[in-house]
Amino acid sequence: MTITAEKPLVRIEGLHKFYGQHHVLRGIDLTVNQGEVSVVIGPSGSGKSTMLRCVNLLESISAGRISVGDQLIGYREVKGRLHDLKTKEIAAQRREIGMVFQRFNLFPHKTALQNIMEAPVQVKGQSRDAARKRALELLDRVGLADRAGHYPSQLSGGQQQRVAIARALAMDPELMLFDEPTSALDPELVGDVLNVMKDLAKSGMTMIVVTHEIGFAREVGDRLTFMDGGVVVESGDPREVLANPQHARTKEFLSRVL
Amino acid sequence: MKSQQDNAAPVLNKAVPVRHPGRWLSAVIILGFLAVFLQSLVTNRNFRWDIVGTYILDVKVVQGVGWTLLLTVASMLLAIVLAILLAFMRQSDNPVFRWSSWVWVWFFRGTPVYTQLVFWGLISVLYPKISAGVPFGPELFSVDTSALVTATVAAILGLGLNESAYLAEIFRAGLKSVDRGQMEAAEALGMGKTKIMWRIILPQAMRVIVPPTGNETIGMLKTTSLVLAVPFTLDLTFATNTLANRTYLPVPLLIVAAIWYLLITSILMVGQHFIEAYYGKGVDNLAPAAVAPGAAKAAGGGADVKRSMQTDFPEESAR
Repeated sequence: MTITAEKPLVRIEGLHKFYGQHHVLRGIDLTVNQGEVSVVIGPSGSGKSTMLRCVNLLESISAGRISVGDQLIGYREVKGRLHDLKTKEIAAQRREIGMVFQRFNLFPHKTALQNIMEAPVQVKGQSRDAARKRALELLDRVGLADRAGHYPSQLSGGQQQRVAIARALAMDPELMLFDEPTSALDPELVGDVLNVMKDLAKSGMTMIVVTHEIGFAREVGDRLTFMDGGVVVESGDPREVLANPQHARTKEFLSRVL
Repeated sequence: MKSQQDNAAPVLNKAVPVRHPGRWLSAVIILGFLAVFLQSLVTNRNFRWDIVGTYILDVKVVQGVGWTLLLTVASMLLAIVLAILLAFMRQSDNPVFRWSSWVWVWFFRGTPVYTQLVFWGLISVLYPKISAGVPFGPELFSVDTSALVTATVAAILGLGLNESAYLAEIFRAGLKSVDRGQMEAAEALGMGKTKIMWRIILPQAMRVIVPPTGNETIGMLKTTSLVLAVPFTLDLTFATNTLANRTYLPVPLLIVAAIWYLLITSILMVGQHFIEAYYGKGVDNLAPAAVAPGAAKAAGGGADVKRSMQTDFPEESAR
């Protein structure tokens, strides 16, 4: 994917995150253009998941700004002063941002179809028929048309993750966040999930993907960002960064995972 | 998959099982005691089964069963509504909610239900009139407390408020048992707090909540016999006690009461089984899962060959 309109969709500026005294993110800057696939790698504890979770406010933002489109995430700025958004306003912002979790987090008491229909019907107020039709299309798209009536516990990890992707897509988000989507999967199931993500990237979806799948980064990523110790160490074209890392820490990390 | 088992059928192992003489011995002892007990039920004339037969369907007794059922259902409903509220309050961001929920549980769990029932019976002595109006200001209307809080109301309030404290803890444990990721997934989809609670968290928590709540309901059935403290004098235990005092035959009338309590408990257990199956769907109860609602309707439609092969996927034909 190189056909990116150079229009920034996500802007992360000077992002800091504290857990009490623990300084997890130490000033992150990251821009993701419309239609771009931005892959974030780094050792565990580097803050990459925390950064991702700040984008849809699953973690509060200690310092800095994140904007998606023309919306400032989590705040309203009035006369240079930030005001917290109400829960309802935050929910409205989250509707535009799909999220896929490492541990899928499908609703276990609902079938695959019901999982996908839940938010369009309950949040967007779509009719059940329209939501069902769209959910079936999405299930077909992720290759699970024959699993609509299955509960999550009847699906393999890879199938659950594909349902989770379909569930996020059902809200027609303008941005998709992937938080280590293949880390909890058996190795032979990773490929199916990555294929769905590749198709999604090809369709022009803007994606931020936190992952350990270097192959995916190389093949699909438009930009690769390496994080360590709560800062962005290196960022650039994936093939260049992977072939010719500039920083010692990047080199060391890549030598361990490749 | 089958490549290794195509050939000859395997010869099954026929090992000599380990013998368990201890099991047989203990079973014989238990069955022996049971036989002696059953024989005494028949031969011991002091049981007075004829009296049990006379009073088991006595009008007073059957009415007592009705009142006991009413008290159980009404007080449990009150307790469940309050418990959900208390459990939500306990999780609230508002410290006053958290604190008042805690104090409620502390108080109603910390004092005997008997004391509370006596208290509700005496409420009209403590507050003869209940009035609505501006606090410390003019009064809009007032009613006699004794007219509002009848013996029935006092009994239901006493039992229900006490029970709500126990149920609140059960509901709180249930809500806490749901994985944190469920809340995050629902939040990430842009769902509001109320919808997340009612549609995502509570239905999953019910799996944990229902068994102990069933236990509490069965407990409540028997606790209703304490409403004598109010005093409320129409329930099953009071009815059989009255008859026992009148006939000087306490044993057969205790048996009458016991049979009715056992019968109701058995029915409640059946009900609980179905409620558990309902809330266990997707986790404990997978069998009906593949058959989605509307299956029968969809099956009637003219699905093409490819679709009709997807037997576990009836919604497909709706496309």
